[in-house]
Amino acid sequence: MFIPMAVAIADARAGKRGERVYSGRVPQLLERGFIAFKSSTYMIVISGFLEPVLYLLSFGYGIGKLLPTIAVGGESIKYAAFIAPALLATSAMNGAIYDSTMNVFFKLNHDRIYHGMLATSMGPLDVALGEIGWALLRGFSYACAFMAVIAPLGLVESVWGLLAIPAAVLIAFGFAACGMAITSYMKSFQQLEIINMLLLPMFLFSGSFYPISVFPQWLQFTVNLMPLTHAINLVRGLCLGNLELALLGHALYFVVMIIIGLFFTTKRLNALFMK
Amino acid sequence: MSNPLISARGLTKKFGDFTAVNGIDFDVFKGESFGFLGPNGAGKSTAMRIIGATSQRTSGTISILGKDPELHGPQIRAHLGVVPQQDNLDMQLSVAENLYIYGRYFGLPRKFVKGKVDELLAFAQLEEKRDAKVETLSGGMKRRLTIARALVSEPEILMLDEPTTGLDPQARHILWDRLFRLKEQGVTLLITTHFMDEAEQLCDRLIVMDKGTIMAEGSPASLIKDYATKEVLELRFGSDRNQEMGAKLRTMCDRIEELPDRVLMYTDDGEALLEKIYAADFHPKTSLVRRSSLEDVFLRLTGRTLIE
Amino acid sequence: MSLTQIRQGSLVLVDAARVQSRGALYVAQARIRQMMKWIWLILGIAIANPILYLISVGIGLGGLIDQSVGPAGVDGVKYLTFLAPALLAQAAIQGTMDETVFPTIEGFKWHKTFYSMNATPLSGVQISYGVFLTALFRAFYTVVLYFGVMWAFGALESPRAWLAIPTAVFAGASFGALMQALAARLEDENIFFVVLGRFVMMPLFMFSGTFFPLTSMPFFLQWIGWISPLWHATELGRHLTYGHAISPTMIWVHFLFLGIMLVLGLFFSARIFTKRLAK
Repeated sequence: MFIPMAVAIADARAGKRGERVYSGRVPQLLERGFIAFKSSTYMIVISGFLEPVLYLLSFGYGIGKLLPTIAVGGESIKYAAFIAPALLATSAMNGAIYDSTMNVFFKLNHDRIYHGMLATSMGPLDVALGEIGWALLRGFSYACAFMAVIAPLGLVESVWGLLAIPAAVLIAFGFAACGMAITSYMKSFQQLEIINMLLLPMFLFSGSFYPISVFPQWLQFTVNLMPLTHAINLVRGLCLGNLELALLGHALYFVVMIIIGLFFTTKRLNALFMK
Repeated sequence: MSNPLISARGLTKKFGDFTAVNGIDFDVFKGESFGFLGPNGAGKSTAMRIIGATSQRTSGTISILGKDPELHGPQIRAHLGVVPQQDNLDMQLSVAENLYIYGRYFGLPRKFVKGKVDELLAFAQLEEKRDAKVETLSGGMKRRLTIARALVSEPEILMLDEPTTGLDPQARHILWDRLFRLKEQGVTLLITTHFMDEAEQLCDRLIVMDKGTIMAEGSPASLIKDYATKEVLELRFGSDRNQEMGAKLRTMCDRIEELPDRVLMYTDDGEALLEKIYAADFHPKTSLVRRSSLEDVFLRLTGRTLIE
Repeated sequence: MSLTQIRQGSLVLVDAARVQSRGALYVAQARIRQMMKWIWLILGIAIANPILYLISVGIGLGGLIDQSVGPAGVDGVKYLTFLAPALLAQAAIQGTMDETVFPTIEGFKWHKTFYSMNATPLSGVQISYGVFLTALFRAFYTVVLYFGVMWAFGALESPRAWLAIPTAVFAGASFGALMQALAARLEDENIFFVVLGRFVMMPLFMFSGTFFPLTSMPFFLQWIGWISPLWHATELGRHLTYGHAISPTMIWVHFLFLGIMLVLGLFFSARIFTKRLAK
């Protein structure tokens, strides 16, 4: 009897763990990302890299003239060196949020691309990991490219700064996992706008442009709950070479975000497509 | 007869209090073209999604190629080609890229899929559109691309949910032609439709569904034979008079249906009946004798028209 | 009422001459009604935005800058006072842009409402002006709210500071008109938003002397400011709110630049609307 190749491939996975939700197709989904990048999304992806560079040029140079140095832990550092790590962390967040919210919302509700994907022998976890994987790849590229700009400018004070690249990937992972989970529950485009509205205050108050120690106690406390603050502290600590135990705490914050995000995303996609 | 490819018994699906599919039984055999005919909301699409292993039944049993979709979703989906009611092509990719990546989603090797893409572009008559963005295609082209995409994994069963809804007559005929070719190649077709002409054209056997249950089952010809007469005489007396005239004509044939816009008279010889009506001094504004269709079967079974 | 009665009645109800003279107002009225659905959200953002920026950058970063530059100040004043007029102009520009670009793409492409409007006695020019008027309205109340917040933060020093309100709206109108013309020409909007956001709006915001004097930028980047409506409006705003020194000639140059932009924007927008609707 003739057995189609697709069937043979699917049968070979029978009995594996999680076979009903996962078929090991993350590489194929990344391949889709690359093809889409080549034929239509390149502008969006490349422009995302531009954002932190513009901020660095504008604030680092312009504000740097008004405020040449800033004191961190008793040591005074160049203003541009102070904001560069924050911009790296923020661009990791922005890329991951875009990929996992707007992008996912359109594919889910408008173009219904996931419906098509899930009619194949893939499962919902493939789709979730594939999308998040693409967000990570993008976060990784942004981090590398931005590093290639700031390191030659002397804005990375320590060799530990190299670890900022994997840290950016971790940050992107956390935001992408949670972003996708939230998006999968969203019903309208307007609800999605709410996420974007929350990003601005987070960006403005998370200590990107000056230390949060200038704030009153209650505001510092609130700011310390926000994920971007931890992202910035993590990357800044590495770039400045201020290695302390708190860095592990910041990283842990994102590990928890990843776990929670992935759990709800898979759960929700399963409910959406397998109802 | 051989074992059925798909076999359902007492298949039921509830969404909260609403019962979309209510205890239906059916078998689909290899190589046949099987249809679900019914109005919108009859439960056809839900039944299709359960077969497609993307929806879990509430009760009853179903086996697809001997497997339970609840337990072996990915393996069953590897056998199926799915053409959904609403196109869900990848708008960020070109026509050829859509076919290619869909094959990859099944885990198929690159080389195999690349060969397949050329073959399917020819089948879908989209060779010239190979590098075009999906957005620029016409409705008919998008549907053909969706069908071609469903074939990339060489499925044994092709499932089409309302394949020609929203297409113009010419695009429909091109599509039907493609589906006939697939049937000739031995692909089992599963089709839902609310168009009786489509069901008559494409289906060897069909079930008529309404409100989640099966009203009748058989080939189009046998259903027409069993539930309608050979011909139908359609008369129009003007919007406000059809009801009244219908009542007067009732004695002249076996069965009569009074619809808001026209009166349908069921008979084996329409022309003869029309002469009798003129002779009795009735003067309809228009009259039409036609063959009975599945529309009439549906009307007989449910007392309602298919498209409301 | 039977069908025939409705048909006869409508001939009397439609007054084509009236539509000809006031069509743009009718279009604006319809658009404002649309806007009212989201009015609380729009107002919320219009108030929250200045507060967040003024606290975070104006006071937070400003405090450090004021310490750093000492009594000379930034352009002679506190950083907050220096920053606020720029944000005011930015708010006007952002507000008009949102209210011209999205409705224009929606009207031509997403919902195609312009085509049904055009099927009535309304002309393309009137639809174009109607959309523009609505944007002006939004810019106006956004700027008034922003101005109120500025006042509450003590960022106004000159008695004629209120003149910054019409100036900011004027700048918003100039940029909005141009963007409306651009949006009306658009066939594929997907990439447009990204290009507009990251390659136009963001550089304008960053390099128009918004956060620091334009002259502190390297010379090869200052040209962005010269062609930026935001810079021209900011210069005027600073002059009006705290007496930033500019020569009378430059005042004329700023107004002239914005004025030319407005006229060109309105002209092309009306023309492109008419052409596209007739296509």
